[in-house]
Amino acid sequence: MAPDSSAAVAPARPPAARPPSNAMKRFARRRSTIAFLMTLPLISVIAGLVAWPASYAIYLATLNRRMTAFIGLENFDILLDNETFRAVIWQSCFFAITAVLLKALIGFWLAHMLHHLPTKGQRKWRGMLLVPWVIPPALSTLGWWWMFDPSYSSINYLLNAIGGPSIPWLGSPWWARISVIIVNVWYGAPFFMIMYLAALKSVPEQLYEAAAIDGASGWQGLRHITLPMMQNIISITVLFSLIVTFANYDIVRVLTNGGPRDLTQVFASYAFQVGVLSGNIPRGAAVSLFMFPLLAFIAYFVLKGVNQRNKEMA
Amino acid sequence: MSAASMVPGLGRRVGSLRSERRWALITAYVSLIIAAIVMLAPPLYMLLTSLKTSAEIADLGGNPWLIRTPTLENYTALLGNEMFRGFFINSILVTVMVVIVTMVISVLAAFALARMKFWGSQVLATGVFLTYLVPDTLLFIPLYQIVGGLGLLNSIWGLVLVYPTLTVPFCTWIMIGYFASIPKELDEAALIDGANWMQMLTRIFIPVALPGIIAATIFAFTVSWAAFVYPTAFITQPDSMPLTIGVVSQLIRGDTFAWGQLMAGALLAALPPVIVYAFLMDYYIAGLTAGATKG
Repeated sequence: MAPDSSAAVAPARPPAARPPSNAMKRFARRRSTIAFLMTLPLISVIAGLVAWPASYAIYLATLNRRMTAFIGLENFDILLDNETFRAVIWQSCFFAITAVLLKALIGFWLAHMLHHLPTKGQRKWRGMLLVPWVIPPALSTLGWWWMFDPSYSSINYLLNAIGGPSIPWLGSPWWARISVIIVNVWYGAPFFMIMYLAALKSVPEQLYEAAAIDGASGWQGLRHITLPMMQNIISITVLFSLIVTFANYDIVRVLTNGGPRDLTQVFASYAFQVGVLSGNIPRGAAVSLFMFPLLAFIAYFVLKGVNQRNKEMA
Repeated sequence: MSAASMVPGLGRRVGSLRSERRWALITAYVSLIIAAIVMLAPPLYMLLTSLKTSAEIADLGGNPWLIRTPTLENYTALLGNEMFRGFFINSILVTVMVVIVTMVISVLAAFALARMKFWGSQVLATGVFLTYLVPDTLLFIPLYQIVGGLGLLNSIWGLVLVYPTLTVPFCTWIMIGYFASIPKELDEAALIDGANWMQMLTRIFIPVALPGIIAATIFAFTVSWAAFVYPTAFITQPDSMPLTIGVVSQLIRGDTFAWGQLMAGALLAALPPVIVYAFLMDYYIAGLTAGATKG
């Protein structure tokens, strides 16, 4: 790459000494070549490591287990008939929607509270509250796993201390589902907080002053000023987080590994189990492809929101 | 949310604007203190556990949130463990290479996309954003086949090859934003002075957009350090494991877990991103928010 680009750049140099208009013209003529060379590595990453694997996955999903014969949509058919997989679809959607809603609400609330503080104090609090987002989730989930341990649970210790019952965090299906959501919310809420705080800061203070003079209550201010002004950022963050949460793997893998009885299995962890651990690559590829329609659907709205925002900011 | 509507209500009942402000501030502090306790409790508990002896951890009698006989033996045992040091070295090697590759690719591409309008540049910019939205869990099975076909399973080179799918789209995206915000007058001045595109990039754009470059580098670093799906799928031999999967798979053995060592390992593994964050918090946050506010 390096020698190519310098070769392309070099001829542009001498003409710069000649009359500028001529030089500019040559510059412009060369521009697309140089730009192409500069974007070539990016294009190869996108084409070779994203677009090609994605289409390869579609091809893989149409093969039989030993990858010797084309079997069409049979893998998808078998999966949809499989009760475990139907539970996976349900659990993925339940997990993603609940976790994202909670993250958004908690993040919004915390951002609002931070915004009330004097600017000097905000930094310190923001720094503390963002810690969960900074620790690699696979590692912090280990800590949660230990806190949820059946016999040594430190959370149950606290619950017992205030007279509550011991909870079988990872032992019973519903508590296991809730545990996975708790860890995901703990990890992701700070991200929402930071995004919403940045958005809150961009709402002009005069709007609230004007509203206060007109006798608006704090609730009305939130409803008619804050939410409309932040609408775009809220929807982008929620949609983006839906994608990431829907495709989450780390937390489920470390915390429950899909159990009890595959009931906390989500698309990613189930694809891993079927495709890599059980060695049925085509079936695994089919499992992860089930994520695609939903992701494409969400991505369409994210893109729309982002483009709209670009227009507003321009 | 119910509390949000409660605050102004309280203020009105009390009457004056000043007490309304005071109530808002008290609610804010109470919420933030509760949030801080919840957010910091798990890492704190990990730290406490890592400082306990195995005997103390196994003792069900006492309060698990207190330490009676603090010890560093878990840390010394880990640091003396050659396998664990190997995980650290693998993580460092992979991360450094991925960060360099990512920054070269994204800075070059972002410069071209932000400044040199060419045929298809709009499509490519959209494509970058779309690839950013493709999760790794959708790609790991075909990539497993591809990496396997190249003979790079169980090699850190396989990771160096695939990690850019995690980092390049976002870094390019935020660099486009930073470069686009540089005034056009600067490049016109440089053009008149006879600079070529490469000089313009290295002499003007990189220095001016340095905060953006730092933010993107931090992002690439954090993401490659924390990557979990790809190493879990591609690496099964402890020799080539990076920290995340190494700690999760190798420090958990049999039925009696060495919890103290496990927590010490997780904390040591989490340390580099936390240190980077502690010193470069503002860049870190700028990078996070730039993805949505600039784009």
